Amino acid sequence: MSGRIRSDGRSSPVGYLREHGFWWAVTLGALTPLAWLGWRAANGDLGVDPVNTINNLSGRTAMIVLLLSLACTPLNTIFGFRKALTVRKSLGLIALVYASLHLINFVGLDYGFDFGLIFQDAVLNKPYILAGSTALLLLIPLAITSTRGWMKRLGRNWKRLHRLVYAAGVLVVLHFLWQAKAAEREEPLIYAGVLALLLIVRIPSVRRWLVTHRTRLVGPKPPRVQTMQRAKPVKQSGD
Amino acid sequence: MVKIAPAEITPEHVFLNRRQFMAAAGVTAGSLALAACSPATLSSTSAPAANAEPALTTALGAEKLPAALAFAQPTASTSQDELGDPLNQFQEITNYNNFYEFSTNKEAVASEAAGFNPYPWQVQVTGLVNNPLVLDLDDIYKRYTQEERIYRLRCVEAWSMVIPWVGFPISALLKDADPKSEAQYVKFVTVYRPDEMRGQRSSILKWPYQEGLRLDEAMHPLAILGTGMYGKPLTNQQGAPIRLVVPWKYGFKSIKSVVTIELTDSIPATTWNNAAPNEYGFYANVNPEVNHPRWSQASERRIGESGRRNTLMFNGYADEVASLYAGMDLSGNF
Repeated sequence: MSGRIRSDGRSSPVGYLREHGFWWAVTLGALTPLAWLGWRAANGDLGVDPVNTINNLSGRTAMIVLLLSLACTPLNTIFGFRKALTVRKSLGLIALVYASLHLINFVGLDYGFDFGLIFQDAVLNKPYILAGSTALLLLIPLAITSTRGWMKRLGRNWKRLHRLVYAAGVLVVLHFLWQAKAAEREEPLIYAGVLALLLIVRIPSVRRWLVTHRTRLVGPKPPRVQTMQRAKPVKQSGD
Repeated sequence: MVKIAPAEITPEHVFLNRRQFMAAAGVTAGSLALAACSPATLSSTSAPAANAEPALTTALGAEKLPAALAFAQPTASTSQDELGDPLNQFQEITNYNNFYEFSTNKEAVASEAAGFNPYPWQVQVTGLVNNPLVLDLDDIYKRYTQEERIYRLRCVEAWSMVIPWVGFPISALLKDADPKSEAQYVKFVTVYRPDEMRGQRSSILKWPYQEGLRLDEAMHPLAILGTGMYGKPLTNQQGAPIRLVVPWKYGFKSIKSVVTIELTDSIPATTWNNAAPNEYGFYANVNPEVNHPRWSQASERRIGESGRRNTLMFNGYADEVASLYAGMDLSGNF
């Protein structure tokens, strides 16, 4: 569990906040849209078309949170911001929560659990539905194996498995882009650009170049190339 | 649907609604014939027009609002369409609008449009006509009886509503303008006011918005120019003060806040077709069998319902309009 960095931080509230404050802030921040949606639903304030409101809010948030989770590793490897690693798992799981809400809304409220119609209408005719549902399926094994136990069990394969998140990211961006109208491609293209950037900085040569230039610019603060696999030290490439 | 001979052009439900509506407007049965050809004058005691849009009241004088638009509260002659489906609520219809001149967010259009001032307004009918017209709203109300039409609106985005419009057949206006023999199409243009329409300051679409119909489509009795809804003048977000309503076509064809109607001999350029020709055709007839390139058009969600309903051919108006497209390849001419 990335959020629980062991130290004597638990001895005092100040120490606890210093250790875990970032984790709590980011996690609660990522859950805020969900709370807001719940509040609006409880007050019957989901607008003229609640299906559309839930759809847009859950989908957009899932995408943003997933991109944030993908930003954690480069923030550490390039900028040495090690605390980013502590929120990577919780952001990934929260992205899946929003994606699941998005799917449940689609299947239940939009299509009224009419699976025949979903198949005919959506799956056969809407490539963006296939992209989105594949992305969600890819996230499920990642969520299941996000525990420390699975990390130990899988060893180096854990990391290989979790690279599926790159594919999920690409599919999610395609999902958003393919459903957008010609006049409204700006927002999905922004996400596509952010994702491309987050993937490019993972390429080892690019990363090394960035690290070198960063240290030249802001002084020698060697990035701590370390991920969550403290239980089983593995030579890290900083994926 | 009940089979109706092509010659019998006014569908029965429209007739019935109109009669009931006139009755609801406080017009006696005896004055129906009169009401049908001149704007009804309401006595001051029954005139709810005092509660109409303040700007319109000032611009026109409350007494000039036709009866069909002069209700203080949202009013319709019936609670359902001819298929038995309930009307959407006034609040739903006025808070879920695709009107990119104001916002691409359907639920934000109402507030973004609040600063738009549609009064006074002029519509010009121009191009290949023998009798070009420039009409203000008062002229329009005087010349053309405003009547209620309960129509389904099917958006290309696969949602739909049932809306009690008030308006008049565009054929009446076109007949007055007297199209020349070479006129084959009708082009419609929305007002261009980037000061009041912030969407027009961005380049998401080519402004001003333009739409078009074949002349015979425009002459069809189901095609109307809408001036109101639920017995009240159109709200800004619906395309005040006058807009096209073509119920058998996807919603984007029903252009809002119209200032120019031009008769042409060649097919007019249309805004969405220009933006994405493979996605939005000139015809844009509601057709469950012709998919949008990015999704199926076989089903739709009625606003206010969850779950889906099947989309009907020509949005349920096939008996009335299918003959316009006899022998045409509807898949190629989407």
